[in-house]
Amino acid sequence: MKETSLVSLRIMKVVIYTVCIILALLSILPFWIMIINATRSTYEIQQNSVALIPSSFLKSNYEVFSGKTFNAVTGFVNSMIVASGSTILAIYFSSLTAYGLTAYTWKFRNALFSFILAVMMIPGQVMVIGYYQFIYKIEMTNNFLPLILPAIAAPTMVFFMRQYLAATLHIDIVNSARIDGSGEFKTFNRIILPIMKPAIATQAIFSFVGSWNNLFLPQILLTDSDKYTMPIMVSLLRGDIYRTEYGAIYLGLTVTVLPLFIVYFLLSKYIIAGVALGGVKE
Amino acid sequence: MRRKGVSYAKYGYLFCLPFVLAFIIFTLYPLIYTAVIGFTDLQKFNTDLNLLDKPLDNFKFILNNQSFRKSLNNTVVIWLMNFLPQILMALLLAAWFTNNRRKIKGQGAFKVLFYMPNIITAGTIAILFNRMFGYPIGIINDLFEMLGWIDEPIELLRNKWTARGAIAFIQFWTWYGNTMIVFIAGILGINPELYEAAEIDGATGRQSFFYVTLPNLRTIMLFTLVTSLVGGLQMYDIPALFNAGNPDNTTRTVTMFIRALAFENLRYNVAAAASILVFIVIAALSGIIFFVMRDKAAIQQKKIERKYHKDLRRADKEARRAA
Repeated sequence: MKETSLVSLRIMKVVIYTVCIILALLSILPFWIMIINATRSTYEIQQNSVALIPSSFLKSNYEVFSGKTFNAVTGFVNSMIVASGSTILAIYFSSLTAYGLTAYTWKFRNALFSFILAVMMIPGQVMVIGYYQFIYKIEMTNNFLPLILPAIAAPTMVFFMRQYLAATLHIDIVNSARIDGSGEFKTFNRIILPIMKPAIATQAIFSFVGSWNNLFLPQILLTDSDKYTMPIMVSLLRGDIYRTEYGAIYLGLTVTVLPLFIVYFLLSKYIIAGVALGGVKE
Repeated sequence: MRRKGVSYAKYGYLFCLPFVLAFIIFTLYPLIYTAVIGFTDLQKFNTDLNLLDKPLDNFKFILNNQSFRKSLNNTVVIWLMNFLPQILMALLLAAWFTNNRRKIKGQGAFKVLFYMPNIITAGTIAILFNRMFGYPIGIINDLFEMLGWIDEPIELLRNKWTARGAIAFIQFWTWYGNTMIVFIAGILGINPELYEAAEIDGATGRQSFFYVTLPNLRTIMLFTLVTSLVGGLQMYDIPALFNAGNPDNTTRTVTMFIRALAFENLRYNVAAAASILVFIVIAALSGIIFFVMRDKAAIQQKKIERKYHKDLRRADKEARRAA
């Protein structure tokens, strides 16, 4: 009896490892083939698009690809501006709101928190027509501000920051700062923000990546190719201009993936921990 | 005032003010504006809002529009084709990774790899997969030929079910890692005593999964379901860049439909009406899910607690009045 269960345990382990390894390969291979194909000529790809070892056409692919509308540097800089701007605003104001909700007792405190919980679920794209008309009317299309400023109100982030503060903040710290004559704003900036560092770090990553990858709203608001963000640049790769330039398309895709890969493998520990934390909200 | 010192309440208002203002300007106002546009004749390059003589015309038009219905149907079908396998795979992996009897090594690396597609730009992934499914030259065709499964390239994306299946697979592939990590965290948060008790009672691994793990994951699964639904019904980047709605608009999602209506045909009013309808659909479905899956015991508990607190407060007040 015991032996059979040991055998079945072992068989089960083999099954589990096999499934996990297949899934892991499924995560790696598409990107691997993409990077390899970025170094191969269109002719080589036409012969066989599956290859595991690089070729020597990286430079000529780059020349083809950089000669067209896809401008990796512009896209990178623009995405950097939008993503950094919105992340900084989201973090600062979400922390401030969370602090306002935790440290002070005021009449509408619980009402506002319930409201934030409710609006977390509002689907972002349903108001896009109203938002476009509003931005068009005030002549702010092709401007980054309409993509950055909404980050001041980030309900999901406020929720996380509040949960974090509620668990870590001792009001004694605030009180002793008051006795030392620190103003409320100063207390928040000098004492509370440093306490929130761990929460800020994970939320910053998600906010940044989310903004960086956003296609829908930027594509509607930015029509000037000098203002294109990285995902808009990516969407150009689908167009006719690159139709037969197989190697160049793969190179373009690779260029957009590399910064994310670097960030991911540097911070994967925090990202995974952040995802785990994100799911367990009660 | 009997209380000593200053009241700090005003800082509570002050610190929450930027959030409230930004929410009103960037979410509430555009949402109401969208709803209002739905009742007007705003089209092309007009900027003035004129209410229609029959205000519900745009909504009626959309409700009877075959393309709208079709795109809504496509969206739900593709979402279901992705969500069901996704949640099953995530549950299975989470059960495997949290089982104490067989310790799976390399979990950290597996988690990192499974989650990876989620942080890559969806547009990039869509175009990469578009290349993979390419015809006559594409990675999948070449792979199948190498394996000897096919003799000549096949146009995989010409069939609506392979096209939908491919989009559902991409969605699955980008999200199962995320769902798995959330479930693992949920399972690790379950009181270990419950598992010990089950084991003492002679429960098998399977039994403790079905009778301890699943019921305790309820809230987390509910949350996953609703966020996936809200996100899934807004699906845009992947279907738009993967296959642009082909073949014959069978993979066109409702967001793609609304976008084309507003920003290609410039029929803002009708598109706004469609957006509001989608909003209502999402809100109604989330509401139904919450209602069906609500935890009756917890609600009862909360009611009792609330009553207790109320009584406590009343007693407190009376005591103070007496003093």
